[in-house]
Amino acid sequence: MLIAALVIAVSIGSERLAFFDLSDTQRSILFDIRLPRVLLGACVGASLAAAGASLQALLRNPLAEPYLLGVSNGAALGTMLAFVFFEQFFFARPLFALAGAGLATFTVYQMARSRAGMNVERLVLSGVIVTTFLSSIIVLFTSLLDAARLRGFTFWLLGDLSQATMSGFYLTLGASVLGTIVLRSQARPLNLMMIGERDAMDFGVEVGRVRLIVFGIASLLVGTSVAASGSVGYVGLIVPHLVRLSVGSDNRLVVPLSAIAGAIFVVLADTVARTVIAPRELPVGAITALIGAPLFIYLLRRN
Amino acid sequence: MLQVKDISVWFDERKVIEGVSLEVASGEIVALLGPNGAGKTTILRALNGTVPLKSGEITLNGTRLNELSRREIARNIAVVAQENETKFPITVIEFVLAGRFTRGAAFGWETPADIEAANNALGMCDLSGYAKRVMNELSGGERQRVVLARAMAAETGILLLDEPTANLDLSHQALMFRLVRERCRDVGASAIVITHDLNLASEFAERVILLKAGEVFAQGTTDQVLTRENVQRVYEVQVLLDENPASGKVRVTTVY
Repeated sequence: MLIAALVIAVSIGSERLAFFDLSDTQRSILFDIRLPRVLLGACVGASLAAAGASLQALLRNPLAEPYLLGVSNGAALGTMLAFVFFEQFFFARPLFALAGAGLATFTVYQMARSRAGMNVERLVLSGVIVTTFLSSIIVLFTSLLDAARLRGFTFWLLGDLSQATMSGFYLTLGASVLGTIVLRSQARPLNLMMIGERDAMDFGVEVGRVRLIVFGIASLLVGTSVAASGSVGYVGLIVPHLVRLSVGSDNRLVVPLSAIAGAIFVVLADTVARTVIAPRELPVGAITALIGAPLFIYLLRRN
Repeated sequence: MLQVKDISVWFDERKVIEGVSLEVASGEIVALLGPNGAGKTTILRALNGTVPLKSGEITLNGTRLNELSRREIARNIAVVAQENETKFPITVIEFVLAGRFTRGAAFGWETPADIEAANNALGMCDLSGYAKRVMNELSGGERQRVVLARAMAAETGILLLDEPTANLDLSHQALMFRLVRERCRDVGASAIVITHDLNLASEFAERVILLKAGEVFAQGTTDQVLTRENVQRVYEVQVLLDENPASGKVRVTTVY
């Protein structure tokens, strides 16, 4: 299915491409623009969905999502700082994004924690507060940009794959594959933590270590994704939810399948974003949010 | 064997447990009794190392508890506690298999032996046919039995039970204690049970520890501890004591 989605996504666009008899222009569109974009979309989708699935299990909350928890905005602010101050270094953006994501995760976690444990509302509220706070700092920084860069940046903030490059793809690919493997290795402890942190401790899980690994890897995944394509929201919410509906709650299945389904989802969403008002484009984050926000409300009500 | 020497536990500036010592030998059930807030649950949590001690020490088969990993502790001690609701559709068999976490490969899949142990435990707890049911759709009593099944599936030498009969009807209360009794007799396991039901404690426990305000008020055999004076002083109610005609054990009746 992932391969089918990739093939469809590559061939559809404002310029429809067959796979043979391509002119030079078409070849260039295919290899320089569309292919990196589609491949990057797949990696970003996989990263965000795997991170979302693991964060949900860790926080025992199906509403935990990198975008809603402020993790994406942390990464966005990091990227922004790198963009403004260290534009010439390729690795500055993902590194700063990773640091930002990690810091935001830690802050939200500390805020949501209380003696009585962590409830759904408290976590979501902490996420909202951190998100809006970070947004205002981002806005502050955007005022430093000139008009041309400002437009590009605004698009990027909403989640945009149009700036895709092969080097960005390789980095995101590495992170998404490595991250998903590590998260999958924590799937069984996560199964126990989903029942309850105290239960997990009672039955032999080193809860602190699992938490550190999952927060760290989720920050890596979100950080590299955001550095490459901005904050594509709700992927980590929609995809694991659908995966759980079809295979149940076992994270040994949910984590890897979310990665694959996330890749398919973002590739398809981006295909819609590129074609629906072609030749103009929407940021892919607008499409995912359009689907994700109603689902979020539905899940919140059901809780 | 679990040995507790003179432990105290403080939550911030508040003393919860002071100078508690106890010992649980192989094959016996020890009942932990006392009014609400006496520190029963805190002692139970200290016994598997999930509450830090301010002073004193707990040893498991001769090794200090704080030198053992969570995994090593869980391989020897299983807990039956009040279960909190989960937001995910976890099935009964998935829940019970959590008890097998310390066996085999932690990151891989369960072995056939794990599945068999889980299914046996479900059968024992009168839950055959429940494997694929979702936890959130069960009644409180059914969930409580699943929690017991998880501890049984862990096949540990020590069981810690925190009000295991709180949600259970009469027949399942008896089933719960019978299972614990059998586990202790057949494989030399030991159990520490918190309960508010003095009569169940009297029927099933070899020894009783009566707590008041974080300290041991009395401990010993059921007959020694469950006296009219002790019970009235600790619970501050009038009681009558007689003998259960069926078992010959002490029977406590509250006078309202």
